[in-house]
Formats: sequence, C-alpha cells, structure tokens
Amino acid sequence: MSKFLPKLMTATALAATFSIPAFAEGFGLGRPALPEEITAWNLDISPNGDGLPVGSGSVEDGEMIFSENCAVCHGEFAEGVDNWPKLAGGDGTLADKDPLKTVGSYWPYLSTVYDYVRRSMPFGNAQTMSDDDVYAITAYILYSNYIVEDDFVLSNENFLDVDMPNADGFIIDDRPSSEYTIFTEENACYENCKDSVEITKRATVLDVTPDEAGTDQAAAEPAPEAAPVEVAVAEEAPVEAPVEAPAEVVTAAFDADLAAKGETVFKKCKACHQTGEGAKNKTGPILNGVFMAKVAHVDGFKYSNDMLGANEAGAVWDEAHLAEFLAKPKSVYSKTKMTFAGLKKDSEIAAVIEYLKSVSQ
Amino acid sequence: MSDTQKDISPSRRAFLRGAAATGVGLAAGSAAAQGTPDPLITEKQDWAMTTGAGVDETPYGLPIKYEGDVIRRNVPWLTADPISSINFTPIHALDGTITPQGCAFERHHSGAIEVKKEDYRLMINGLVDQPLVFTYADLERFPRENRTFFLECAANTGMEWAGAQLNGAQFTHGMIHNMEYSGVSLRTLLEEAGLSAAGDLSDKWVYVEGADASSNGRSIPMEKALDDVMVAFKANGEALRMEHGYPVRLVVPGWEGNMWVKWLRRIEVTAQAVEGREETSKYTDTLADGTSRKWTWVMDAKSVVTSPSPQSPITHGTGPLVITGLAWSGRGAITGVDVSKDGGKTWEKARLAKPGEKMALTRFYLDTDWDGSEMLLQSRAHDDTGYVQPTKAQLREVRGENSVYHNNCIQTWHVKANGEAENVEVSS
Repeated sequence: MSKFLPKLMTATALAATFSIPAFAEGFGLGRPALPEEITAWNLDISPNGDGLPVGSGSVEDGEMIFSENCAVCHGEFAEGVDNWPKLAGGDGTLADKDPLKTVGSYWPYLSTVYDYVRRSMPFGNAQTMSDDDVYAITAYILYSNYIVEDDFVLSNENFLDVDMPNADGFIIDDRPSSEYTIFTEENACYENCKDSVEITKRATVLDVTPDEAGTDQAAAEPAPEAAPVEVAVAEEAPVEAPVEAPAEVVTAAFDADLAAKGETVFKKCKACHQTGEGAKNKTGPILNGVFMAKVAHVDGFKYSNDMLGANEAGAVWDEAHLAEFLAKPKSVYSKTKMTFAGLKKDSEIAAVIEYLKSVSQ
Repeated sequence: MSDTQKDISPSRRAFLRGAAATGVGLAAGSAAAQGTPDPLITEKQDWAMTTGAGVDETPYGLPIKYEGDVIRRNVPWLTADPISSINFTPIHALDGTITPQGCAFERHHSGAIEVKKEDYRLMINGLVDQPLVFTYADLERFPRENRTFFLECAANTGMEWAGAQLNGAQFTHGMIHNMEYSGVSLRTLLEEAGLSAAGDLSDKWVYVEGADASSNGRSIPMEKALDDVMVAFKANGEALRMEHGYPVRLVVPGWEGNMWVKWLRRIEVTAQAVEGREETSKYTDTLADGTSRKWTWVMDAKSVVTSPSPQSPITHGTGPLVITGLAWSGRGAITGVDVSKDGGKTWEKARLAKPGEKMALTRFYLDTDWDGSEMLLQSRAHDDTGYVQPTKAQLREVRGENSVYHNNCIQTWHVKANGEAENVEVSS
C-alpha cells in the first residue's frame, strides 16, 4: 500500500495546481506548460543576467569559432561583408554623419549579444551552437571592439562585469515633450505659410529606384550621402592555386521525390546561395546548372584560389565530387569561403545533390 | 505569375510614360477622336459573343491579368539578402483602406516559415499563476473580436531622411498595410494564465517572440498588453498568409510593425524589458548629439498622396482630377487631412471618405480641376490628440539627420505639366 503513496501525493499536488483560482475563473482552455517545455523555449536573457546559462568561452576559442561560423557574413575581424552587419568599430561615431553602429559603438547591453547569437545565429543554421561556443563568440566580438584583451575568458560569473561603451547612450522616448508640444493645431498654418518654395532635392538624380517590374535590374549604387546602407567590397588578388585532377564523371537517373526532399534540406544553403529564375550571386554563387558544371563556373563570383585552380584543372561537380564537398567542404577545398561545416547525413547529401540536378536541367 | 508580370508591366509602364509624354490635352482613355464612332462600341467584341471562364477555373481567385503590375516590390540594395529583407505595398495603385493580403508588404528577419495549424503551440510563461500551452484549436474557443488596424514598419520612409531618394509612393510609404483582424485579446489569454503572481502590474512587461529562427523578441509594457493587443489568426476574413505569420500573429495597434510578432510562439510575463536585439541595436533612434531614443513604439500621425504620384502619373490631361491618399495615426483617429498644391505655401482641407477610425488607415480625396500647371503636392494629417504631421525640416530640427525610423514627415510630389510626378524635397 505504502508504495502507492508517492504517486498519490503527486496526483494530489497536480490537482491542486489545476484548481488555482485563475483557472477556475477562466475558460479552462490550454494545458499546464511542463518544466521541460519552458526550459526549451524560455531562452531570453535580460540585461541583469537573468537567463544566462552556466558556462564560459575564451577570445581564443571564439576567434576560431567566429571564423568558421560567422566570418562569411560578418568578416574575419567582425568588420562586416557586403551589406551584412558590421559588429566591430564605429567607436565615437554616433554623433557623426552616418554613424557606424556596432556591438562596440552602440549596443548598450552584452546580454543582447548572447541572447541573439544563441537564439538566432548563424543565419540559416540557428540554435546549433553550444552555450560555451556562444560565450566564446561573444568574447571574440568584445575583443574585436577592444573591450577585452586577447586572453579574456567570458563566463556567466564575470558577464555583468563587462562595461559596454554605449551603456548610457540611450534615453526613453521623449517625443511627448520634445515634439508633441510643437507639432500642434495651433501651429498649423494655412495661408502664406512661406514666401517661396524651391525644389532642393530630386529622387531622379539619385536614380536608385527599382524598375516597375521589380525584378532583375542591377541596383544602381546609391549616392553615399543618401544611402542608408554601406557597401564594402572585398578584393582578393588572384595567386597560383593548387591543381586538382578532374574527377570521374558519374551520371545517375533523376529522382524527383528525392529532389523535393533536397529542396527542404537546401533551406540551410539559401542564406548564401540562390537558385531558380532570377537567381543572383549572393554570399555564395548561383547554383543553377552546378551539377556537372566545372568547379567555379559562375562568372562574376569571387571564388577561393583553390577552387579557381580546380577550374583550370578541369574539375567537375559530379555526384562524387559534390558528395565529398557537401560532407566536409574544407576537407576538399581548404580555402573555400563557404563556412558551412557540412551536411552530417548521407541521405541529406544525396537529396541536396538531387535537388541541384533539378536546378541544372 | 512572373509571366503575367512580364507581359503586363512594361507595356503598362510604356503606356503611362507615352501618355504622359504626349502632354496635356490628350485624354488617354478616349481612344476614338470626337465624331468618329468608337469601334469598341460599333464592332461586336469577342467577349460579347463567346462564353467566358467557368466558375471553377480559378478555385481561389487572383486579380485579372491586366492588374498584374499591382504587386509588392523590393529594393534589392537595401538589405544584404532577400531572406532577411522587406518589400513594399503598391499603395499607389490601391484605393479604399483595406489592404489585400496578397499585396501587403512583407518583412522577415529569417524568412517566412511554414507552420501547420496542427503543429502550432503558444506558450504563456514567466510571472503567471499557471504557465500554459495552447494549441490553435484552443485559441479558437476563446471569445473573439474583429478590429481593423494599420501596421506600419518603423522604417517606412526611413530612406528619405537624408533627401528625396526613392521615386514612388510604394517605395517611400509602402511599408504599411491595413487589415481587419479576427482573434482573441491578449488580455483574455493572460488572464487565463492568471496574473496574481505578477503582483503590481504597473511595472511589468510582456515579452513576445516568434517561432522562426530570428524569434524577433520584443518587450511590451503590461499596460499596453492589457489594453488593446490582439492574438490574431484571421485577416480580412481569411487565414493569415504565411508571410504575415500564419497561423497566428500578434497585433499591437498603433505601434511599430516590428512588435507585431509573426508565428507567435511564446508570451512571457517579465519584471523588466528583455532589451533584445530588435529593441536595442535596431528600432532605436539616434539624435544629433549621438544619444539615442529607445522604446519609441508609437507611430505618429502621417499621410501621403498616393495618386497622382511617380508611379501613378496624370494621364488624362486637364480638367477634373481626383487627388487621393492615405492618412493614419498610432495615437488615435485621423480628424482631417490638408492638401497643398504649392509645396506648403497654402493648404486646403481634403474630404475624408469616412470618419477616421482609431489606429486604422483613413482615405482622403481632394476633387479638383487641374489647369495643367505644375504642382508641388503635399498632404498633412491631423489626429484627435491635436497633433499635426510635421515637415521634414521640423523633424530634423528636433532629431538631426541621422535618424532612420519614425520618419513621419510631409511628402512632396512634383507634378509636371505633362502629368508625370517626381519625389522631391522642397525648401522650408
């Protein structure tokens, strides 16, 4: 009999939870959230450190992890690539024209960095980092902003000791006092509101408006003074590259179902690669026609030197070559700019290759 | 769809351009000269002789192909890639106030995701008496309300801070839509979980996040959460579109669009603002001295002439002209709209199509007789707090020139004698 006691008690405790007053007054809809469920989703971290997991990570480890996972968009030194966010620099520019807002120059709370990286980064592969890796990346971003030294180790213990340079740079919305008192009915003019009117700026001079069709036009580069975004161009001098022997050509029958599965897996790739009509080179090259094409075949994309070398040597993206590359990109082309670590499952690799065939027909 | 766009857009554009170029006096709509019978009337047309499409030809209808250019468009150079990006509602080509879902602008931070109703879960946790999980079916069993609100991205018109930049109302003001939402009040759901555990509610917050990889978490003061925030699952009578958060999104009336979390998965009652990425590094407003405003949630009163405008030139020559546009305020109802044809020297009152509704789009018209002279067209909104939409110069005087968000300045279109219009900035 006594062995039933614990269970009985648990049941009673649960019943008590169910019959709290709020529930009785409500609609009785929904069910209690289980502790494991709350743990899985309740990831937000507040400025006072609430929600920080136990763990740590060093600048040194962060540099490597950042290089592999983040640098493709944010740059090796967190300086940003193309229009992707710059994470470092901009110190003292907030009052300048076109201020550079980075973690170092702008973000008021370090908790925001940890919270965002753990929850939403890397782009296209979110929630794959360990808590320690996120500490290391956060430490590296601090280091890139000269906020900590190169031997710094960030942990939940010393997290709140880090001083963010712009922590005091914010005020709460003051429009009620600074604007609502001026922009009023009493101040609204109807007649003779100004002596003369001149056109001072014209949109057609800048000419940065897309075509009506809204598709394939190459965007005109906006005039720097008016553009809200900055464009960084990474230049790379071509040098001699190792030569790879052409791989053997393998052909296989096309499997549409498998290609459809591959399209789903391909979502991991879409942050950098476009396919289909109107595809453009982004962080990675267009992949239309990649199957059975020569390595580095897309004009206008800045490939790594070892891929360019393979191109000259006549290497082709056949099934086998794609499979080994997709499994572990850096083991095939060590200099590849693709920071994606690789697809773990053979079934996913096969599916993505089949999908790539479908965009190569 | 893309074929349709290709077929229609260039020809329509050429038509608009051509008509405008031929100048005042040629009414593009009247193909036949006076005195010559119109063949569209005197000759039997195919459509009057044969049969048309059957009822099931399009089980879910799209606009007729001749309207194929009334579509969302993006500005590729604005963002690093098209997944974390934005496009714009074709407000220059719409009328009335309700925005059809299919052309209502999209803004995603990690792409639009596909979540089945069956896979949908909404959690309420934090400082509540009983943390709860709801299914979609659960949400449908709470008392429901229907309310119409505008959603404006805080960055709408943001590209215009430094000067006239994008040539079209779609691009300068198209980060907005207005829909009738059906759903449950957030208050009902919070009360279902019980708020006694939160104690004094006056300094408490509600943190909301989505199911997508960006999560887009935002903190909302409890006072607003209990006031008018909705958890919506239908818009304009039908299910939300994927790109607007299917199956469930948050509706935060009058406040910046970023807070209207899509694919809503969690509501947490907290003792403090989480100060996530979207409420610190983004959606804050840097002033001239380098300090920045935060928690600038409300969208102030604003308006824009949607036609004539750069994408909607005058093609009919002189005579009767309908000047029309939209006005809205996140702080209440629009009480009036003024229109200036001379760049702000003189203003006249436009006619509101209906009395303004709180935190919803209001359509205005100015029925005028155009003599073919150039105009510097502007509109200026008034709301029921006594606020009047400012000029860009007035805003710059307070905020400086480094702002991005919350640009609610008066817009100017330079309408030329040939009916074409251009986005310009004028002297104050």
